[in-house]
Amino acid sequence: MEIYLPIAELPIDMFLILGMGVAVGFISGMFGIGGGFLLTPLLIFVGIPPAVAVATQGPQIAASSMTGSLAYWRRKSIDFKLGWTLLAGGLVGTLLGVMFFNQMRKLGQLETVITISYVVLLGSVGLLVSIESVKAVLATRRGKVERKRLGGRHHWYEGLPLKTRFHRSGIYVSVIPIVGLAVLVGFAGAVLGIGGGFILVPAMIYIFRVPAHVVVGTSLFQILFTMIAATIIHATTNQSVDAFLALLLMVGGVFGAQFGARAGANLRGEYFRLLLGFLILVVAARFAADVLTRPPEPFSVTPTETVR
Amino acid sequence: MRASPAGATRALTAAAVLLACAAGTRAQSLVTTLSTDLVPILSNFTGERIAVFGVVEPGAAPRPKAGWDVVVTVRGPRGAVTVRRKESWGPLWLNLDQRRYIAIPAFISVLSNRPLDLIAQAEVRDDLRLGIEPLIPSQTAARAANDPRFREALQRLREKQGLFSESAEQVRFISPNVFQAQIDLPGTAPLGNYDVEVALFSDGARVTKSNLGFRVTKTAAEQWVADVAHQNSILYGIATALIAVLVGWLASLVFRRD
Repeated sequence: MEIYLPIAELPIDMFLILGMGVAVGFISGMFGIGGGFLLTPLLIFVGIPPAVAVATQGPQIAASSMTGSLAYWRRKSIDFKLGWTLLAGGLVGTLLGVMFFNQMRKLGQLETVITISYVVLLGSVGLLVSIESVKAVLATRRGKVERKRLGGRHHWYEGLPLKTRFHRSGIYVSVIPIVGLAVLVGFAGAVLGIGGGFILVPAMIYIFRVPAHVVVGTSLFQILFTMIAATIIHATTNQSVDAFLALLLMVGGVFGAQFGARAGANLRGEYFRLLLGFLILVVAARFAADVLTRPPEPFSVTPTETVR
Repeated sequence: MRASPAGATRALTAAAVLLACAAGTRAQSLVTTLSTDLVPILSNFTGERIAVFGVVEPGAAPRPKAGWDVVVTVRGPRGAVTVRRKESWGPLWLNLDQRRYIAIPAFISVLSNRPLDLIAQAEVRDDLRLGIEPLIPSQTAARAANDPRFREALQRLREKQGLFSESAEQVRFISPNVFQAQIDLPGTAPLGNYDVEVALFSDGARVTKSNLGFRVTKTAAEQWVADVAHQNSILYGIATALIAVLVGWLASLVFRRD
């Protein structure tokens, strides 16, 4: 059934969009990531204008992460203190990122910057996570007991001033590296039009050694608020948020996220990370193929302004 | 694509009115009318078929032995278009070259009763801007040198999307002096004002022409959403975010197991 989208200004198959929402929602709930890095290319692929695709991401991810957050909250798997700290840094990073984004657009070549950043960022994060989790899986197979956190072994960045105890996560670290990480993630997120969960989740696991079950809930919580802000910023600055498209994606997404969250809870840590790593690598490979192979159609046409 | 029953009724009524009292736009010996001058885009819009009716008034000009030729040119709203080209840069393929074209119609449909090259000579076609090619200016807006490949790519890609088309079959003569044409508007048809030029040819020369037009607009809900998004953008953003939170909360209520 076709439905006409008022902001994107084109008709689209309702069930196609609903299905995409379910698929991305499932992954989002499972891994505690927004899924923006999957949804943006998907939407553009089915013909949604890139500006609308990026902007409409906001409400869709907000809805999915709201459902996900509530599910994790009931299981007491959200570290609110850590979440608020991350959010503060994330908002600052988002603001800086939007400024950089507009500057790059003025200079042209924004598309190139985005594609290469995707490949580098997704590729390196995906590779790191995959290698680490393959090692962990092999170690478990060989019968070794998974190494527990060693007391007393600390990295230099954990000892910076403003040391704070995050009870739920069971960590005692300085807030400076945490806020710094959040700023970086927010910045990258705004430039690439993504939530940034796929950077945040591995970073919290590896750098701050936050337990996996707390990471997902906390990440979803942070993404929820970042995406609410992103929706309002996009709506006011470029009027590209399509409410109809968002609603379709949301309805599909929240259902998918429910099942995803359950599937994620039953997954063992190392397999969970291995899956996430592979997923990120696949998307990175897709982007790399885009810039590394000779395009079948080298030309593209973009309308820049229309007189009505 | 399908024509709505309402559209068909409108078309028939228009034809009847036209034939009865020769109403519509009058250009010397050619009388034409459209089945509609407003195409509303409803939430289930997947395209529309618009009929053009025309009558060549008898006696105004001698009817050529081979019969009249009719060319209907439909042009959508004009705007600037950027054509980019990917080139290899080391191992990478990047958008390194681009040309910008101004005043390119977002939609072009050229309909005729037989192939354009049989209707008029190349010089005449260029002169009267008959067919897709003469309708796309070859000049670029930027300082970059003209490169015909960009213009060709623009035409090729738009034809592939169904936004530019030429058809020698969509003008039909009902009787020697009465013709009908069908404009097929795709679901992706851009919003705005469309010009329709109906040109009458005799023995390779244009006898007369008549200009019509229609408008493609959003209706009710769609227009309302678009208006709010543009005029009260902060409210629109907050409302959309609230809906998102609400949908997320509702879903978790529905799915709650404990």
